[in-house]
Amino acid sequence: MVESQSIRLEVRDLQVSMNERSTDVVDEINFSVRAGEIFGLVGESGSGKTTLALALLGYTRRGLKISAGSIYLDGVDILGLGESELREIRGSRIAYVPQDPAAALNPTLRIGHQIRELFHAHPNAIDDINARTDEVLREVNLDPASGILRRYPHQLSGGQQQRVALAMAFACRASVIVLDEPTTGLDVSTQRHVLETVKSLCVTHGVAAVYVSHDLAVVGGLVSQVGVMYAGRLVEIGSTSGVFSTPRHPYSRGLLNAVPSADRSEILVGIPGQPPRPGYRPTGCSFAPRCSEVLDRCLTEDPSPTDVQGTLVRCHRVAEQAPCAISARRSRPDMHISDAMHRLEVRDLSSSYGSAKVLHNVSLDVRATACTAIVGESGSGKTTLARCIVGLHGSYTGTVRLDGVELSNTARKRNRQQLQEIQYIFQNPFTSLNPRKTIGQILSQPLEHFLRLTSKERTERIAKALDEVSLGGGISERFPDELSGGERQRVAIARAIIVEPKLLVCDEVTSALDVSVQAVIVELLRSLQEVRKLSMLFITHNLALVRSIAQDVVVLSGGKVIEAGDVEEVLERPQNPYTVRLMRDIPKLTPSSSTLPM
Amino acid sequence: MSIEEIGVRGKAPDRDVGLSWMSRHPMVALLLRRGGIGVVTLVIVSIIVFAATEVLPGNAAYAVLGHTATPVRLHAMEVQLHLNEGLLAQYWSWFSGLITGHLGNSLVNSQSVWSLVEPRLINSGVLVATSGVIGILAGVLLGAYAALRRDKWFDHISSVVLLAITSLPEFVVAITLIIVFATVVTHLLPAVSIYPPGTYAWNDPKLLVLPVVTLVIVIIPYIMRMMRGAMIEALESDYVQMARLEGIKSWKIVLIHALPNAIAPTIQVIGLTVLYLAGGIVIVEDVFNFPGVGQGLVSAVSNRDIPVIQFMVFILAALYVVVNIITDVIALLASPRRRLVR
Repeated sequence: MVESQSIRLEVRDLQVSMNERSTDVVDEINFSVRAGEIFGLVGESGSGKTTLALALLGYTRRGLKISAGSIYLDGVDILGLGESELREIRGSRIAYVPQDPAAALNPTLRIGHQIRELFHAHPNAIDDINARTDEVLREVNLDPASGILRRYPHQLSGGQQQRVALAMAFACRASVIVLDEPTTGLDVSTQRHVLETVKSLCVTHGVAAVYVSHDLAVVGGLVSQVGVMYAGRLVEIGSTSGVFSTPRHPYSRGLLNAVPSADRSEILVGIPGQPPRPGYRPTGCSFAPRCSEVLDRCLTEDPSPTDVQGTLVRCHRVAEQAPCAISARRSRPDMHISDAMHRLEVRDLSSSYGSAKVLHNVSLDVRATACTAIVGESGSGKTTLARCIVGLHGSYTGTVRLDGVELSNTARKRNRQQLQEIQYIFQNPFTSLNPRKTIGQILSQPLEHFLRLTSKERTERIAKALDEVSLGGGISERFPDELSGGERQRVAIARAIIVEPKLLVCDEVTSALDVSVQAVIVELLRSLQEVRKLSMLFITHNLALVRSIAQDVVVLSGGKVIEAGDVEEVLERPQNPYTVRLMRDIPKLTPSSSTLPM
Repeated sequence: MSIEEIGVRGKAPDRDVGLSWMSRHPMVALLLRRGGIGVVTLVIVSIIVFAATEVLPGNAAYAVLGHTATPVRLHAMEVQLHLNEGLLAQYWSWFSGLITGHLGNSLVNSQSVWSLVEPRLINSGVLVATSGVIGILAGVLLGAYAALRRDKWFDHISSVVLLAITSLPEFVVAITLIIVFATVVTHLLPAVSIYPPGTYAWNDPKLLVLPVVTLVIVIIPYIMRMMRGAMIEALESDYVQMARLEGIKSWKIVLIHALPNAIAPTIQVIGLTVLYLAGGIVIVEDVFNFPGVGQGLVSAVSNRDIPVIQFMVFILAALYVVVNIITDVIALLASPRRRLVR
């Protein structure tokens, strides 16, 4: 361990503003990180966490500028440096790991070129470039002899791309590394390995790291200090154990409550509403519009950071309330579901893309009014399976029966009623809604297609469906790009339930959303299932989520069902080693270091 | 999990040996496929050209002779054009001549078609190549520069000027240039580009200037706009942001990271521009009296010189096919993602 006590990064009163208007998007940021430590920066999309992460390297996106404050890197204020000095320290002394390595690695340059270029940009950092390249690749568990340097980024898997990005961040032995949601889009197991790599590299090389995430559970086992960010400010900063066991800001509690638990079946509680747009911070406490414990004072007076037992909190009520943990979560009510009736029966389904077989004799059932979860990592065939069931991927063998009636392979050959009875919700609400149609038009489309209704009846149906997904009627005149991700996914759900289907197929419907929004969407689906007596096929890579929504679970790996059964049974006593591993790799809320043994 | 499982999975070094062969493989397949389609296209084009010039407008012999058509001359002409034979036989004799190089003689002065067309092909080739190279280079560089100076005065002014140019037909550009540089305003350059027989475009470069400038002005806007857009997209991309955060020098970011990624989508537009040039020369050559394929085509049409028309149109069609194939190959080369299978 190297100089474990020295402060490597210290941020003082940092402010980032818009160029044109003088409003700030990130403000009053104060924290410091010691060598070997990781600081977790947590918040929803739009909270300004990526803007802050980039600002730590003295960089802002187009239209923004760092307008005040200091960033001390090993004691030197980098905001006082000129452009060429700043360029010299970027990549060598302070490095960045991007959110999406597939986009951040140049598609036209080989991996080796991109690594070499980094060394050439910092000629004084490393003596023997080839030796250091091999060394740093091994440190992130990539084999330098495998020819990886001669590959282009698209020839690597997502996990490998992220490892390359990590290797480049550590390559020049930086003092500080900023990681911006580096595990988004990775499988839980890959995520766990990336996190372990980050932690061990920080400890062994005395690196101070800032780790940005929307998911408290991810940073739980990793960081020693955590800062919760809302509307461009840190609303709570403290030690991880303090914040996790006694979250003092209502927003921190909200984020913690939203994390699904793999150990208990609970009702997930999201945070209602959405954060203010960057630069539009409301007067008073910025969280007040979404806070359940709001006082009159909160609406007018901006709370200043208060120190409570080492934790800095921006909340008027921090002194008066007893710190409460997250034990207030309610467990999910049991549903009585008969075994007798199977809504969906899949038998011996096999399918291939070209010569590659992706599904091998998959059989599963969805009981009437119940939810079956299909769990698997990317490449397990879970989306192909869903597409076969809804008739989007016709080249399969085996049978799919809905209420005992065998369905044709392709949607084209299924009759109108069969199509109406199975509705599909896509993974990405940012691409699944036609951007040129209003919400009203989007919802009216399936009605026009399936049901003969008068326009008055259609309007009523649309209003009712929007109400069921907790969206106001006024939204039907708006276009999808005016809505947040969570709102869009609600519209997608409304579009599915508006024709009163029997079976809802949800394909990774929360993976593009923040944890706080995910909780709201899952809870919405669960209540719809209960109220509307819907059957549901819930496809996810997140085993923890399964517990909050499903009654039955099917674990898919390599296109085969490797374990299936009652959710409690499978999650409590997983039989297959693969399921055991998946369970183990789920990031857990426990702030102890036990999740990531070091 | 062990290193083997999470590291470079199942990708043994020997696959890399195979990779260099594999990298050529999609290229060979593409060339063969496009080449095959190109040949088929040309055969179809030859049928259409033949049909359009010989069969459709009634009697071709009559069309050639016009007012001088007497029954005797009409019959002689029909024999000369093989119009007295069956359609298939007519087509075959023309098409086989095309392949074997026996293109027949001009109806106007009985010279062989090839000896008439060859110098024009060379002249037009010089015109297209010169204006193409200058226009493409200028368009790409100006577009990239406008992207780098986005929302600054150069960007604003150039986009207004480009819009103005785009709205002008090429003959307006040509005539404006003639007025400014060759007649009314100054007399710096010749207004017409007439070459003595037996000389080529390079024998008197001064004659080339105005036609080339006209074509360059006409093609720059398309390339420049496309390049500007693609370059802005590249400069805003995550990989360029990442390169900045890695402390790479600005000129390297522009030349190595942004430019290659921006050129790939621009190549299709460049290909279209070259094709446009092949058609655009007809008007420009006519305005300047430049002895090229375009002007030759115009005079051949007005003289009803059918063998010459057929051959020139066929050559232009072949150019379209070849340029398309070249464009596709270059676009593929510029994109590793499409070139190399995962």
